[in-house]
Amino acid sequence: MINNSPYVRAQASVTRVMLKVLAALVPAIAVYVWQFGPAILVKLVLATATALVCESVMLKLRGKPQALFLTDLSAIVTAWLIALAFPPLAPWWVVVTGTALAIVVAKHLYGGLGQNPFNPAMVAYCVMIVAFPSLMSQWPGDLNIQAAALAEHAQVFPNGPAMTLDAITSATPLDALRTGLRAAGATVASVSSDSATFGSVAGRGWEWIALAYLVGGLWLVQQKIITWHIPAGFIVGLGIISGAFWLVDSAHYASPLLHLAAGGSMLGAFFILTDPVSASTTPRGKLIYAAGAALIVYLIRVFGAYPDGVAFATLLMNIVVPLIDMKTQPPVFGHKQ
Amino acid sequence: MNALRKLFTFNGGVKPATNKIESSRLPIVPLADLPLPPQFVVPLHQSVGGIPQPLVEAGQHVLKGQRIGAADGNFSAAVHAPTSGTVLAVEPRLMAHTSGLSMLSVVIEPDGKEEWIKSTPLDWRNTDADGVREHLRDAGVVGLGGAVFPSHIKLRAGRNTPMKSLIINGAECEPFITCDDLLMRERADKVLAGVKIMRGLLGAQEVLIGIEDNKPEAIAAMQAACAANNDATIQTIAVPTRYPAGGAKQLIRVLTGIEVPHGERSTDYGVQCFNVGTAYAIHEAIELGRPLISRMVTIAGNVGQPRNYEVLFGTPMDFIVRQAGWQSDTNAFIMGGPMMGFRMPAFDVPVVKATNCIIAASPRIFAPPPPEMPCIRCGECARACPTDLQPFEMYWFSRAKNFGKVQEYNLFDCIECGCCSYVCPSHIPLVDYYRFSKTEIWARERQKDAADEARVRFEARNERAEREKREKAEKLAARTAASRAAAATPSPESGAAPASAGSPLETPATSGSSGDDAKKALIEAALARAKAKKEAAANGEAAPAAEKPVKKELSAEEKQALIDTALAKAKARKEAAAQAADTANGASAPTDKDALIEAAIARAKAKKEAAASADASVAEARPAKKELSAEEKQALIDAALARATARKAAAAATDKEQS
Repeated sequence: MINNSPYVRAQASVTRVMLKVLAALVPAIAVYVWQFGPAILVKLVLATATALVCESVMLKLRGKPQALFLTDLSAIVTAWLIALAFPPLAPWWVVVTGTALAIVVAKHLYGGLGQNPFNPAMVAYCVMIVAFPSLMSQWPGDLNIQAAALAEHAQVFPNGPAMTLDAITSATPLDALRTGLRAAGATVASVSSDSATFGSVAGRGWEWIALAYLVGGLWLVQQKIITWHIPAGFIVGLGIISGAFWLVDSAHYASPLLHLAAGGSMLGAFFILTDPVSASTTPRGKLIYAAGAALIVYLIRVFGAYPDGVAFATLLMNIVVPLIDMKTQPPVFGHKQ
Repeated sequence: MNALRKLFTFNGGVKPATNKIESSRLPIVPLADLPLPPQFVVPLHQSVGGIPQPLVEAGQHVLKGQRIGAADGNFSAAVHAPTSGTVLAVEPRLMAHTSGLSMLSVVIEPDGKEEWIKSTPLDWRNTDADGVREHLRDAGVVGLGGAVFPSHIKLRAGRNTPMKSLIINGAECEPFITCDDLLMRERADKVLAGVKIMRGLLGAQEVLIGIEDNKPEAIAAMQAACAANNDATIQTIAVPTRYPAGGAKQLIRVLTGIEVPHGERSTDYGVQCFNVGTAYAIHEAIELGRPLISRMVTIAGNVGQPRNYEVLFGTPMDFIVRQAGWQSDTNAFIMGGPMMGFRMPAFDVPVVKATNCIIAASPRIFAPPPPEMPCIRCGECARACPTDLQPFEMYWFSRAKNFGKVQEYNLFDCIECGCCSYVCPSHIPLVDYYRFSKTEIWARERQKDAADEARVRFEARNERAEREKREKAEKLAARTAASRAAAATPSPESGAAPASAGSPLETPATSGSSGDDAKKALIEAALARAKAKKEAAANGEAAPAAEKPVKKELSAEEKQALIDTALAKAKARKEAAAQAADTANGASAPTDKDALIEAAIARAKAKKEAAASADASVAEARPAKKELSAEEKQALIDAALARATARKAAAAATDKEQS
């Protein structure tokens, strides 16, 4: 017998939503490969495989239909975000452990798709950066890690293109700035004159990836997968905060443009903070949520100890989402004024 | 004619495939071209409001247009014979409703003569407004957009607000439906004639006929009629095609910018909204003196030739669908459109005043819904909601049965348009969750009302009993004193009297009823026994084993007696309630409830005793108990369903004249 009305449905599905998110990440992946070589592809494959295995096992344990949930692609989105957010030098097992953690703990132990209060990819990032701070934050510099990364790269990519030292010594500009500015007499200008780390706007190479995230993200907005509120709230929020500091003391505080193009700003604005399950849902709430995240990101970057703050900012704002949503309910038809 | 007018917009809405072209290619099949079905089944209750009283009985001959059901009070509308013939029966028949409930109907076998009763046109210009309204009520005119709200009630201006705009709803936003479109194309002048009557009754300054811009022919026809009428205050306006633009509140918003909040009358905001079909029916009822016995019905979906028919009420749906070409894979009929329509419980349910469209459904036309996934809070539903609700939050709390929270999120502002379910990427039947929550909340409110009433009754009875006892004791004491004074000899009575006066005051609840109430006596006895038993148990089960069987038997008997009494009472009340039939009549609910509560109390008591004795008699008593609760449950479900239907209809009527 047939169901109740409505009897017709739009062509929409969770799979379609997730597929579009994955498609929107493709430009950034392409730029990543162009700038830093194909190692990222290995990480993507590793993370995807780990995510699917963990998802399958957890579905089985929880007695949920495998085919229905494995094809929703949500696990793959999480995997790709992890692969892209983790530092390129992070060893393969860090990516695998992080992905497993995201799927098993952050997603399924909380009830699976749609039930997780925290962004799974960011939970993985935070746990790994706390557990393995050196592996997760030391991008260049430590020669041992460089050597290990090179050796590992050669292992998983025996016949692949050689990874050049240049490709892996590019520091995140945020890290370089914070450590650089600690030196006496250093200014933003003097620190960012290091062309091995800095490009024309932000991190060398990374600025192009950020641009690709922006392009993919705007496409998602155009496709109505995400709304403009969260990216706009984050970008404008971060721009205002960093702009204020920069205007007061441009010698010691980086420009808004650098902050927006550096680190995980664009990835966060369009792909991480916008995770619908853990984000705020009302229009006003989304703006508050994103602006709050921007503030936390800035504070961590400038005054904190971690190279970037997007992951922590996301989780901290995830906590207050229920409160934000409750307080920002839009007026109902006929109840305005 | 389409003056440049500032249109407003409502948030949300969706644009489903309209599927209107197929059925709008050919003109309406007029009544004369349609054969009569072998039998008409005319349900008496076809509108919101009171259930009309049958005026005919089996064997009686009726004429076409003869009143067969009289309006029950003012908030009701009459029902008429669709053709001349013989009444075969007045009995409950299956309703045109998903619930599969039955409704008192008049079954008529046509004599084929189509003999009209004398028509009674009304000179409405020279009749007072109440007279016109009464005429409409007795002609059975109700809103034909689907809400079937009695029109004469809506044709009354607000007390404090001057009537500014009369909105005529020709938007017809639901896919598949084209009956209003074709009516406007073919009979625009008659629609306009009805509009003028309505305007006269309401005293509206302007009339705005809103039609979705995907119906250019209808717009042209109505504009031509308006031009011929030469009155600039009656305008035909094309509105953007976006479901649910034909919702009364949405159309009022689009045309006037006014948002009428849930639960308030639009006349208090100076606007009122009617469907074009209603305007046509009003013209027929007043200027031709013909009661409402037919309407335009779109036959669409899985049929050979989708088309519009003018159909007499009471015609079996399958009869009319066969005219359009029956397809073998038809698996259900849907009355109304695919967004808000209802699945019919059978193919042969009658066409009623609410039947604007019959869609023959098949798996090909309406694919079974894909499996439901968890909500990912994407917010698509909130963006699609024309009432600016947060559907996913209401879903979440409905699932959790947290009905307080659902109401906080304005559940009752939901018009059940189906936009949220339509867009949901997780394929969640969101509207079903809201329907569930609404019925649950109504049921609980009724339960609470009934409990409050019962409490008040109980307290009043206690008080009365107390007073009676006191008076009796006083009388007795007075008599004793008198006799003592007279005889001056002490009697044993004098000591007993104060004692008997004192004990009832201590335990008013148990001894409050009159002495001859057998049930009360039983309960008291049972209580006493239970007490004794408890004491025995407290003494370390020192009670002699020989005594047990006797007790067992006794308590089982008692239980049976109690259950029987309660059951009989519940049954009697249930029957009474069922005869009151549709439960818009709220009075039946409390009595029904009361019986149920009594039964429950009796059962609880019996259960307690059984637990106290903790023996095999429990097993004996159980089947009876189970049966009772199943019956009760059925009664509850039936009542809830019927009430929900009535309420939903009422809510829909006030909220929305869906076209």
